[in-house]
Amino acid sequence: MDLSYGPEYEAFRRQIRAFIDEHGHKQPREYARTPEAAQWQRLLTSNGIVARTVPKAYGGHGAAPDILESRIIAEELAQAKVLPMVNTQGVGMLVPTLLEFGTEAQKQRWIEPTLNGEIIWCQGYSEPGAGSDLASLRTHAHVDGDEFVINGQKIWTSSAHFADMMFCLVRTEPDAPKKHDGISYLLIPMDTPGIEVRPLKQMTLQSGFNEVFFTDVRIPTDQIVAGRGQGWRVANTTLGYERAGLGNAALSLARLQSLTELMQLETLDGETLMCNPVYRDRVLAIQGRVLAMRANELRILSDDLNHDDDTNLARLIIKLQGTELRHDLEGLAVDVLGELGTLYENSPLLRDHGDFQRHYMFYLGLIIGGGTSQIQKNIIGERGLGLPREPKVGQGSSS
Amino acid sequence: MRFGLSEEQRLLQSTLTRLLEEHAPLDAVRNAAQSGDVAPAALRDALTEVGLPGLLVPHNHGGLGLSMLDAALIAEALGQAVAPAPFVAPWVMAPVAIRLGASPEQAHDWLPAIADGTMRIACGVSEHVGSRSGGISHSPSSGLSGEALFVLDPVGSTDYLISDRDGGLHRVAADAPNVDTTLLTTVDRTRSYALVTFDDVAAETLPNANADVIRETIHAGRIAIAADTLGAAQAMLDKSVAYALEREQFGRVIGSFQAVKHLCAEMAAALEPCRAMVWHAAHTYDTVPEEGPLLSCHVKAHLGEVGKMVARTATEVHGGMGFTDLLGLHYWFKRIGVNRQTLGTPERAREDAARLQGWVA
Repeated sequence: MDLSYGPEYEAFRRQIRAFIDEHGHKQPREYARTPEAAQWQRLLTSNGIVARTVPKAYGGHGAAPDILESRIIAEELAQAKVLPMVNTQGVGMLVPTLLEFGTEAQKQRWIEPTLNGEIIWCQGYSEPGAGSDLASLRTHAHVDGDEFVINGQKIWTSSAHFADMMFCLVRTEPDAPKKHDGISYLLIPMDTPGIEVRPLKQMTLQSGFNEVFFTDVRIPTDQIVAGRGQGWRVANTTLGYERAGLGNAALSLARLQSLTELMQLETLDGETLMCNPVYRDRVLAIQGRVLAMRANELRILSDDLNHDDDTNLARLIIKLQGTELRHDLEGLAVDVLGELGTLYENSPLLRDHGDFQRHYMFYLGLIIGGGTSQIQKNIIGERGLGLPREPKVGQGSSS
Repeated sequence: MRFGLSEEQRLLQSTLTRLLEEHAPLDAVRNAAQSGDVAPAALRDALTEVGLPGLLVPHNHGGLGLSMLDAALIAEALGQAVAPAPFVAPWVMAPVAIRLGASPEQAHDWLPAIADGTMRIACGVSEHVGSRSGGISHSPSSGLSGEALFVLDPVGSTDYLISDRDGGLHRVAADAPNVDTTLLTTVDRTRSYALVTFDDVAAETLPNANADVIRETIHAGRIAIAADTLGAAQAMLDKSVAYALEREQFGRVIGSFQAVKHLCAEMAAALEPCRAMVWHAAHTYDTVPEEGPLLSCHVKAHLGEVGKMVARTATEVHGGMGFTDLLGLHYWFKRIGVNRQTLGTPERAREDAARLQGWVA
């Protein structure tokens, strides 16, 4: 075992640190359509902090893929509590998808303005009747001349209320024998007539996501990625990018540090919260879980580099464990704060900008979103442990 | 950067697993548990033949000179097999304590005897994890007096390594006069524990031992016990998955029901990061002195928690069979349960972790 990254990477780490020292204060507090957010995104993409390996021809940084460099960037940002607050759906999901599946014309047209923050994307996957069972989605399109005509509804669509474009899963082959083979991946301008966006307020009181309605929405047939019926394959690749981003032990460590600092500052009856043995034991138990996930991440990182371990299960559990852990961590902060843990928004006496309260609720959302914890357990059981799928209704024997 | 195991470490692991399949199948475990001979000579000879006693003994003293990570891999295999083999005290804690606390002459005499399997040292340091009896007093004139509780691995041992209340460490022959050994009966019948009383017993004192050396010895023991729990819990999970794939109810295997599948997934989700955590803690123990103690406390506490959850859940997946002696699953359940309490409960180990970070006076 050798956990050092080597001298050339330590130089790279210093370079990233210097960037964060100089520019870290410019990060917006939350992601929205503002000049500051677009400027921040340009700063990150042009310096190769995000979208580092996108070729120069498409406006990217053009770096060779390097697992340790990506890792160092993630570690340093988390440590400095600087969030790569950018249009994740566009930069993190659509761009890699186009690089893998898009035509040359699509790459030329969409990637650079996406990196620059000129085009903001949203993801149209979930529907009221297709959540965990996404492949049964019913938003459909038929071809009329050189246009797709789209009808249906999407839900939980983050950023749709200010996005320019949506990448969207739509049923175009209703007669395909398998439901997965009837889906296409379409790129839809949000200002197309027939699109209506209704914001859904979240329990955090922020309007992060929306319902989107399509009524005879017409887009050119060349705005499809990878051909008709290929959407499920394309989307699974994109979902892989999303889930990989959800378990970040460096971020959990940084949040844990905020919590332990708070517990050493905040006092009750003249003693710090850390002096309370019950609170102290609870935060130590969380620390143990964070350290386990950090080790798990190191193991996966090493396997990515050396290809000498079986880390299938170690990867499958990250979404489940990572989101549950963050929810518990933020929830512990709310608990130890007592009445102060109930304060919100701009209240007097608010601690740490209300981050703990907001994250406590937000991470409950992430436990549900991106494949619920229950779906994750099915995946772990079936793909990790080899247990059989539940028989479909009508196939199993009655009980 | 390489986090995973080396070729040699994988070989060590598979060699040991095969050896234990041959020499410590469930029947052998049952025999040991029922007879009380939890250090059967046949298994000990097989382990000695591959050099395990000298695992942590340096080369120049006739040992293998391996790392704490290697020790953890062996502990994991022993836990997986619930092997009736004294390990944590004689082959992990004792060599660590002697390397750190003994005089060069003592090390010269004792370490080769550990490595060749003739000196097998049980360890009594529980008073430094948490004091119950007031501990052992020691004076150069009258020797050791008092009670040592929860001495680890006394059956089959030739010697005791005993801490006194002032941070001293002493070696005493197990059959020395005025040493009285009473075996304790725990729920775990695969290993042994003793209450040993001393009445003015002459002892060989380790001149360089102190409270720090004792703590370091406890950290080593904690990592080995955590690794034992990892192996035992992994065995319980594997058995649960196998059972869920075989047992049928309502016309289908129970592993196809989400209620059962999710229990298995929850065990796997909690346990899989533990493997990396044990490797990391063991490696850090040898290589990063400022972080090793913290991780050893955390790995002991965390594996205690996860082990308890897996032990309970795996038993439940097996339904009524899980509760029977016939299946023998209870040997794993009990081993994990005793591991959780030994050398510091999760709460105790976490309090040590808090102290190491300056979070408690």
